Amino acid sequence: MSWIKRHLITFAAIAVLIYMLVPNVIVAAFSFNDPKGKYNYNFNEFSTAAWTNPCGAQGICESLGLSLQIGVIASLAATALGTMIAFALGRYRFRGRSATNLLIFMPMATPEVVMGSSLLTLFLMLGVPSGRTAILIAHIMFCVSFVVVAVKARVATLDPKLEEAAADLGANPTQTFMRVTLPLAAPGIAAGALLAFSLSFDDYIITNFNASPSSITFPMYVWGASARGVPVQVYVIGTVMFLLALIVVMTGQLISSRRNRQVA
Amino acid sequence: MSEQSKGDLSLVALTKSFATFTAVHPLDLTIPQGSFFALLGPSGCGKTTTLRMIAGLEEPTGGRIRIGDSDITETKAYQRNVNTVFQSYALFPHMSVLDNVMFGLRRRGDKDAKAKANEVLELVQLGQVANKKPTQLSGGMQQRVALARALVNRPDVLLLDEPLGALDLKLRRQMQIELKRIQQEVGLTFIHVTHDQEEAMTMADSIAVMNAGRMEQLGDPATLYEQPRSTFVANFLGQSNLLRARVNPGGTDEMVTVRAHDVDLEVSREHLPDGVGDVWLGVRPEKLRLGESGGPNHLRGIVRDVSFSGVATQYSVEMPWGQELIVIQQNDGSNRATLGEAVTVSWAAQHGFALDASQDAEAGAELVDDHG
Amino acid sequence: MAEAAVLSTGSAAPPSRRRRNWVPYALLLPGILWLLIFFVLPMVTLASQSLQEGNVDDGYVFTANFSIYLDALKQYWPQFVRSFVYAGIATGLALLLGYPLAYFIAQKAGRHKNLVLVLVIAPFFTSFLIRTLAWRTILSDDWFITTWAQNLHITDFLQAVGLTDNDSLLNSQFAVIMGLTYNFLPFMILPLYTSLERLDPRLIEAAGDLYASPWQTFRKVTWPLSLPGVVAGTLLTFIPAAGDFINARLLGNTQTTMIGSVIDSQFLRVLDYPLAAALSFILLVLIVAMVSVYVRRAGTEELL
Repeated sequence: MSWIKRHLITFAAIAVLIYMLVPNVIVAAFSFNDPKGKYNYNFNEFSTAAWTNPCGAQGICESLGLSLQIGVIASLAATALGTMIAFALGRYRFRGRSATNLLIFMPMATPEVVMGSSLLTLFLMLGVPSGRTAILIAHIMFCVSFVVVAVKARVATLDPKLEEAAADLGANPTQTFMRVTLPLAAPGIAAGALLAFSLSFDDYIITNFNASPSSITFPMYVWGASARGVPVQVYVIGTVMFLLALIVVMTGQLISSRRNRQVA
Repeated sequence: MSEQSKGDLSLVALTKSFATFTAVHPLDLTIPQGSFFALLGPSGCGKTTTLRMIAGLEEPTGGRIRIGDSDITETKAYQRNVNTVFQSYALFPHMSVLDNVMFGLRRRGDKDAKAKANEVLELVQLGQVANKKPTQLSGGMQQRVALARALVNRPDVLLLDEPLGALDLKLRRQMQIELKRIQQEVGLTFIHVTHDQEEAMTMADSIAVMNAGRMEQLGDPATLYEQPRSTFVANFLGQSNLLRARVNPGGTDEMVTVRAHDVDLEVSREHLPDGVGDVWLGVRPEKLRLGESGGPNHLRGIVRDVSFSGVATQYSVEMPWGQELIVIQQNDGSNRATLGEAVTVSWAAQHGFALDASQDAEAGAELVDDHG
Repeated sequence: MAEAAVLSTGSAAPPSRRRRNWVPYALLLPGILWLLIFFVLPMVTLASQSLQEGNVDDGYVFTANFSIYLDALKQYWPQFVRSFVYAGIATGLALLLGYPLAYFIAQKAGRHKNLVLVLVIAPFFTSFLIRTLAWRTILSDDWFITTWAQNLHITDFLQAVGLTDNDSLLNSQFAVIMGLTYNFLPFMILPLYTSLERLDPRLIEAAGDLYASPWQTFRKVTWPLSLPGVVAGTLLTFIPAAGDFINARLLGNTQTTMIGSVIDSQFLRVLDYPLAAALSFILLVLIVAMVSVYVRRAGTEELL
């Protein structure tokens, strides 16, 4: 009994983790289903049909491609913009600092439905057509703040003495940035970029306000399909993305820990 | 850049002011090429600001900095042939020890960077850890990497900002000797910033004592200790007993008498500043003797505290007017006094020094920390 | 840029040597401009849209029609209230569930720390729509969870308190709140983890050493020190949950419609732009008001 009491937090943590992962397990399991009707809600019969033909459902791979494309462009742009803001906030004292902080915080404190709809009113007034460009603009906008937070956390831990040391040893400002500052901030920038990609890739609500019939992202495809029956391929892609994310992050961890061990 | 003419480092009216206070008042100082120089003072005295101005990391508000004939006041930190060993070492955590040491050479496109770096790592006895990351090394080793990283560039001036502050006492002693050895071996100008008076005296050829943004006194360690010119220096470098006294008229060319609390005391004329009447008469605790063997100056008092530390015994002797004098007696086999005993304290005329009485007798005393 | 010039003259240093003052502004410029044009400006056009009258085909004219706000509130206040109640409950549950896991990752996971952290983040990459659909399977009547809940009379209890309408779990308030909790739990866990990771474990030992029971240690040491994470986590959970409509549509019924759903359909299906804009603006104002009161009460103004 006391053993249970001592490990209470561990048990609670594991239970919560299971709660968080059960849907992924279900998604993986149902990717091997051969559903009876049009809804893939009940397990009928084991089948690898969807795995051997992941693009079998009409439009699914086009939407996936569009989502990946938007995700990459939006996360790169948001990472560039956000990293610059994070450096300004983390490295310089300047007037307008708290206003900047507020402006960075606001998009995170605004419901997506408000951001999506307000952007729609802007585009309506300016005559900007819905579609890929509109979606990109929106995604970059809501990703920037998250990148700023991730990079700023890292920049804050950097010792300014290291940059002074580089200058002292003859590195000009560009060399100092490329050889000292950037490599040291890289983990934060990578985390920010990954977060931005996942937010962009997964967004439905804001995208929906700015999409056109010719720009159906993957979440929009899933949403559309949920009404008329979700093809099993959606579950396949969901599982692959989950595993891919696990592999990417784990490899990153492995590389950095091996690099540390090598020199030991 | 390595062809830059070398020579003495001179600071001319070097000043640094911030919005609300002045960190360094106009400072004039010449540091001879090849010397081991210490800037000594309590924290906030302006010594680190001075160092950072020499390094180019802080822009002076006024004045010039020259090395030999060339004026480097306007040059950027990365253009100066001056390198720093930082207090926290500031080693690049993402680079190996070797890459850290090669960093400066690489910036100048030195083809022999690797060979030179390895050579310097041998000099600081770190050849075997060249491929490790700095975080895997002990504090003492990191300190030597920081030194090697600066040394390898053969700077005109090498700056050391409290380089031993993070090390424990034993390692610090060891590194003091090693730093001195390396400096003599490479023959570069070293400027060492420290708040530790013992460290400064052990290592430096000459010391500038700084206080509140001004230089109090400049000299070699022995002169500073034996003939402090201010109560701040007297208290900050070691301990001093300061007696309020008035100079008696007359005296000889060698000797003057002063009257302190109705007792006449002798002091060498050369240890008395010109034209002062009221003075603080100072004597170092180890110059005082219990008994009358110390010299012609005698004071009587009662032992109020005895603390034995092995190599010496420290007494606190209360004078009739309430002041307590510190006496340090070497453990040389002479008789030890006991608590409450009435004793005579004596010293020789040449062991005293007189300071202008307009100064605060406590200046600098509270700033001395005990890890020195 | 003009601001930078003003700043430089205020200092004692020669102006020519202070020219690097423009650097932070140059770094900020592109990103801030982006946010001003595509985040702040839309708020203005949103407010302006709400005060216009007309229709999609003939266009709109600005009429300062403030009465639309009254109409919107009169008509849709139940959806507003519902959204905030659901989001509030989900936030509370997420805090309750997220805290032990965040604490575990930060203080107890040891060398498995990164693995567990990855497991918390990785589900993001499977579209949340798919994962929410998976809950339809988990909570469906044919699945063992509903059967167990029925056997243990949990369904009876849920029905009694009004969270479900019958003895199934799906298509109910219960399912919507559960879905919201599930979907925004990572937004709770990550900030909590960040502040709990900074917690020096020796403080907990010290509290124990000074006769604090585990519960007292939590109340007096751990909880106060994790407050910044709690504030950030609750905001990052509550705000998106209040505007969400995916969970309500996929897991709920016609009685669980949230305000986000109304805004979405007014904008994109009914095409009543002024009403939709008014609803959206009301939501924004209510959230900003709640957040600023909450942040001030919690005493952590510096959230970033």
